[in-house]
Amino acid sequence: MLSSQIKSNEIVFGSCNKDLLEEIIFYAIGLGADFIEIFIENTDNSSVLAEEDFITSVSPSIGRGAGIRIFKEKKDGFVSTNDLTKHGLMRSVSQAIEMLEITETQKREVFNGLNKHKDYSLSKKKWINEVPSIHEISEKLLFSTKSLKKNNKIITRKGSYSRNLQEVIIASSDGTYATDIRLHQTVGLNVIASDAQYRSSGSRRFGSSGMPNEFRLWDHEKAADEVFESSMNMLYADYVDAGQMPVVLANKFGGVIFHEACGHLLETTQIERGTTPFENKLNEKIAHESVTAIDEGISEGSFGSLSVDDEGMEPEKSVLIKDGILKKFISDRAGELRTGHKRTGSGRRQNYSFAAASRMRNTYIAQGDYSKEDLISSISDGLYCKSMGGGSVGATGQFNFAVEEGYLIKNGKLTSPVKGATLIGEAKEVMPKISMCGNDLELAPGFCGSISGSVNVTVGQPHIKVDSITVGGR
Amino acid sequence: MNSREIKTQISEAADSLNLRKWDYGASFSNDYSVQVDKGEAKQLKVSQKQILTIRVWNQSNLVGITTTSDISESGIKKALKQANIASDFGNKNESTEFSPLAKDPIKVKEVKKRSPVGIKKLLTLLREAEVNLIESHESIKSVPYNGLSESFFERVYANSDGAFRCYSKSQAALYLYARAEEKNSKPRSSGSVKLGYGVDDIDIESCIREASNKTISHLNYSPIKTNKYLICFSPESFLTIINAFSSMFNARSILDGVSLSNKNSIGEKLTTEALNIYDDGLHEKNISSSPFDGEGTPTKRLCLINRGRIENFIHSESTARIFNTIPTGHAGLGSKVSVSPDWVVVEKSEENFDLKTSLDHSTYEGEFVYIEELNAIHAGVRASQGSFSLPFDGWLYKNRKKISIESATVAGDIKYLLKNIVNIESSQEVTTSGVSPHIWVDELSITGDA
Repeated sequence: MLSSQIKSNEIVFGSCNKDLLEEIIFYAIGLGADFIEIFIENTDNSSVLAEEDFITSVSPSIGRGAGIRIFKEKKDGFVSTNDLTKHGLMRSVSQAIEMLEITETQKREVFNGLNKHKDYSLSKKKWINEVPSIHEISEKLLFSTKSLKKNNKIITRKGSYSRNLQEVIIASSDGTYATDIRLHQTVGLNVIASDAQYRSSGSRRFGSSGMPNEFRLWDHEKAADEVFESSMNMLYADYVDAGQMPVVLANKFGGVIFHEACGHLLETTQIERGTTPFENKLNEKIAHESVTAIDEGISEGSFGSLSVDDEGMEPEKSVLIKDGILKKFISDRAGELRTGHKRTGSGRRQNYSFAAASRMRNTYIAQGDYSKEDLISSISDGLYCKSMGGGSVGATGQFNFAVEEGYLIKNGKLTSPVKGATLIGEAKEVMPKISMCGNDLELAPGFCGSISGSVNVTVGQPHIKVDSITVGGR
Repeated sequence: MNSREIKTQISEAADSLNLRKWDYGASFSNDYSVQVDKGEAKQLKVSQKQILTIRVWNQSNLVGITTTSDISESGIKKALKQANIASDFGNKNESTEFSPLAKDPIKVKEVKKRSPVGIKKLLTLLREAEVNLIESHESIKSVPYNGLSESFFERVYANSDGAFRCYSKSQAALYLYARAEEKNSKPRSSGSVKLGYGVDDIDIESCIREASNKTISHLNYSPIKTNKYLICFSPESFLTIINAFSSMFNARSILDGVSLSNKNSIGEKLTTEALNIYDDGLHEKNISSSPFDGEGTPTKRLCLINRGRIENFIHSESTARIFNTIPTGHAGLGSKVSVSPDWVVVEKSEENFDLKTSLDHSTYEGEFVYIEELNAIHAGVRASQGSFSLPFDGWLYKNRKKISIESATVAGDIKYLLKNIVNIESSQEVTTSGVSPHIWVDELSITGDA
């Protein structure tokens, strides 16, 4: 008896919470809300850091909380709390209702109860026991940092691992009732190389979603070779001369240019703010005809994949740009309400303390017909960006990216390595200049920070050629 | 549970698990924020959050840690157990202890207690601010990024050796980022941020004025020719670059091999003798000040650069022990304790005879680039290598006429920049990240589209 009383008065993960969730939704609708969404999470995360030949940090974290979002017409009020009792959740609803100045006399929506529970977590409950133990992780990270010690020019070696296990419950007044378990694992290697006054660094990150065994399969020797080689290639590099030039961007993480320069501008949050130049360009040409771009959440194991988004919708494959023509925007519930663009299963958030927003998932430029060599040989004087660092896009669409590993192209051939390059431009000016796409599409994991926090994403592309872009240097 | 009750709870749970040595940091916050869109409320947000980080020392004196948001009796016990498991993997090569200063007296700024004004008032104020900003100039069409928030929080540090520190405070922030458009021109944006202990302390008018003036001043723009220029850094942009390379003063970064400095760099001449830099978390203008750090060490003013030479590094307990000095109040609380600056104060020293004092941003008639704000720091700074390549907002000045610079980057090396400081203006300005005068640097590379 006591046990069932406790269950009915607080959220219990792994149990049916339907009655309590319905009671809260009825309460909100009864108070005059147009719509209510409840997002509840329970997290179990771990991170491990290896430096040189030692484990220097093991940081577990556990947490739980709820985010309650209420809409009244196009306004929304969002309340987050760590209190998962009925009292705590009801109080959050009341706060949201009060914020929106909703009165009970206003028109009422109808709530017909929650639909049949969609449990995406059924096959995932065992994951927590299948992921590698701290001991196993530590051992492999130490192998990987040892593999980086290839000569005495390497002065620092780091390997880092993090695992995020998130159990979610999503319920809303349109009947949505879903539960899921998400698992993300990421591992990174970094080195700094030094010789006299010369310094360089190298890094690579690998990541997966929903594959508990993936870290065990990670080829740390190959990863260490790549990172070492990159740092050695860049150690004695000269600074690049600034100027306008054609560039070839490598595949995998080279896709960050599309993510930052164009992808963000295709999120409905940007339409809501009036900050995208593509707002009224649906079915118009916004890119070179060689460009087809996709955002999807369904590639198995990819870092940005999901079974269900944070608003309870299954992700779709969205062709954003087809042969240069803008076909679709990335949309969430608020985006659909405020801009009219249909939801795409892209409502995402870092955790319960953020309201979901339209966010990219696995975003990439589709492959074309050219080989990497075709692209490079078409340039007489330009830059090959083998590895990209981070980037950002400004409020008026201007972007910048750091080039981590770059090489000059002279007369159709790769020549000397150069450092300090930054690519600068504006999406609507650069997109029409992507004139050649290679036949070697690959994806790379990353983290994207934006309005609803930091989320796991994949960027990707084949090798691509941009006819002209500003390269910042010295 | 209040702060004292949590300590009792942790103490009892630790006893039951036979854990004799532990410490923890906890924070509890209530945040209220609003955003508006053309007069309408867009998103209204309330957040109640609690976070507890517990460290335990096992019998081999190795440290384990866990962070949790569950501060129930069972949540605390679970976190202690998990920290104990993590301690098996504690760092054997660098021990961590309690800060020897964790029981020293702390200076708590006397600030009048503020109460929440509530979402309704936040919304009214922000709506008015948005309208006033749009009406301030015909070219300002929208304020796409805006927000008004107030936060009330409490921070606690305690350990099994009897240390207990607690303080509560409030902070409010207003952010207005306007977008201006003119026919046949690209849209231009700029903004302003103001902080206060409470919403009523924020100078909303000056935030509107600043956002408006900055945005309008960028309407007349032109690309700049790639070249080397004489640069005047605004106080905000100079503090941005100093903070981006603060690993030069960071003992943790030095030990990790990711700093440009080394253990023997104390006394090294980095820049003109006219420059002093302090870290002063308790500065009277620092709204975000905290009287103690993550390890309970009192916050204090520390000289980082004295007359152009490195004077001190910032430390945690463990780095201080390795460097044979005392902690400086800059530590976090983690499995591997991070170290970071609080509030940077840049000053002109008395040794300022070699400066070109004719360089004053408000009177100088020659050609120079004024860098108002540096962007994309995370992408364009290589702190371990000393290099940077950063987009910026600013103007090209020539004969006192200024034109906004369209899409350009400034690139260089921090040591080169510091060595090439040619003037430090006299008057300091307070920003959201510290205090600094305008700083002039000669011969930095700018890449533009012209």
